[in-house]
Amino acid sequence: MSGHDHGDHGLSRRKVLECMTWAGTGVLWTITGGVPRSLGIIDSAQAATAAAPGMTFLQISDSHVGFDKPANPNALGTLEEAVNKINAMPAKPSFMIHTGDITHLSKAAEFDNADRIISQSKLDVHYVPGEHDFLDEEVKFYRERYGRGTKGAGWYSFDAGGVHFIGLVNVVDLKAGGLGNLGAEQLSWLEDDLRGKSKSTPVVLFAHIPLWTVYPEWGWGTEDGGRALEYVKGFGSVTVLNGHIHQVMQKVEGNVTFHTARSTAFPQPAPGAASSPGPMKVEDAKLRSMLGVASINFKQNEQRLAIIDTPLQG
Amino acid sequence: MKTLNRRDFSVDFGLTLAAAILLPVTTAHADDTNMEVHIDNFVFQPPELKIKVGTTVTWTNRDDIPHTVVSAGKFRSKTLDTDDKFTFTFTNAGDYKYFCSLHPHMTGMIKVE
Repeated sequence: MSGHDHGDHGLSRRKVLECMTWAGTGVLWTITGGVPRSLGIIDSAQAATAAAPGMTFLQISDSHVGFDKPANPNALGTLEEAVNKINAMPAKPSFMIHTGDITHLSKAAEFDNADRIISQSKLDVHYVPGEHDFLDEEVKFYRERYGRGTKGAGWYSFDAGGVHFIGLVNVVDLKAGGLGNLGAEQLSWLEDDLRGKSKSTPVVLFAHIPLWTVYPEWGWGTEDGGRALEYVKGFGSVTVLNGHIHQVMQKVEGNVTFHTARSTAFPQPAPGAASSPGPMKVEDAKLRSMLGVASINFKQNEQRLAIIDTPLQG
Repeated sequence: MKTLNRRDFSVDFGLTLAAAILLPVTTAHADDTNMEVHIDNFVFQPPELKIKVGTTVTWTNRDDIPHTVVSAGKFRSKTLDTDDKFTFTFTNAGDYKYFCSLHPHMTGMIKVE
C-alpha cells in the first residue's frame, strides 16, 4: 500500500475517482441492530471485523474464471488472491455471496477451477448466475452445481442473522434492445416470498445485473427491476447488492441502499467513459499496481457516501 | 481513463449509424453472395445490411467478451468467443432483426430483397 496510499479520511471526490482502478477482493458487510452495513473491502475491513458486533458476510463478484485476455491473462490467479485475503481475515464471516459471472464461458473446467479456489475459503457460498454462467448449450452446468433447492432459473431466499436474503436471476430471457430481466414468474414468486413478512425485517436482494438503472446505453440496468423494488418498498431496511459492472457504485434511495461490487478479474470503464463497456486494458507492468481494494463507508441516514480506494501495491 | 465523453460517443455513434445505413447500398452488388458483419466494442458493424436472397452473412466477434447473434425464430449462433465466426445463408426475403442475447442493447438488421 505504499506510494499510492491516499490515507483514509478527507479524500476529495475527484481523488477518489482518480484512484478507482482495478479488481477488488470482496466487500464485507455486518448486520448491526438488524441493519446491514458495509465495513469495506476485505483489507480495510479487517480491523473492524474483530470488533464488529453481530453477523458479518462477504460479497465477491465477476470472477470470470477462464478469461485470459490482456486486461488480465490470469483471472483464476486474481480470484485466488481474493480468496487468500478472505482466509487471512482475523474473524471468519458467516458466509459469502457471489453475484455472478463465476466463469467466462460456462465451461465445465471453468466451473471446476472456480469451485476449487472458492472452496478454499471454507465458507458457505450463495450464488446467483451472471450471463457468462449460462452460455452452455443446455444451460445446465450452473444449475447442476448451484441450482439445488432454487426456483426457476435459480432464484431463492434464505434467512440469516435476522435478515431475509433473496437471490434473484436477471440474466435470462433478455429481449432485443432491452436490459436485464426478472420476468413475470420470478416477480410473482418474489411477491409471495415477501408476503406476510414483518416490515421491520431487513431485506437483502442480490442479483448479477444492477436492479437500478445505472447506464441503459450499455445495458446496465434491469427492465423490470422497479417491480421488484416496489415489493420491498414498505420494508424498513433494504440492501441491494449486484456485480456486472466491475466497479464500485453506491446509491441510497429512501430506505434502499444499492451497492455494486468490483470484479476479481478485470475492470470496466465508468459509464460513458469509453466507446464500450469492454474490459479496460492496462500495461502488463502496471497490472499489479492497479490491483486495488476499496472501502465503502456508509453512514446511516446520510446521503453523502465516501468511497475510499487503496491499491494493493504501489 | 476518460478518453471519450458521452456526448462524443453519442455523436460518433449517430454518424456511424447513418453512414452504415448508406454503406451497404453502395457496396452490395448483385453478385455479392458473401457479406461480413463485425462485432467491435459491443456494436454490430454495419448495424444494417441490405442483401439479395441467397447471400451468406458471416459475423465475426472481435471483442474480448463473448457475444451471440440471435434472430428470434430465424437463427441463433452459439456463443462466439473472441474471433469466433457465425454464418447464415438467407434464402427468404424479409427483414431479419437480430441482437446479442447476452448484451441485448446490441441490435442489428439484415434486409433481404
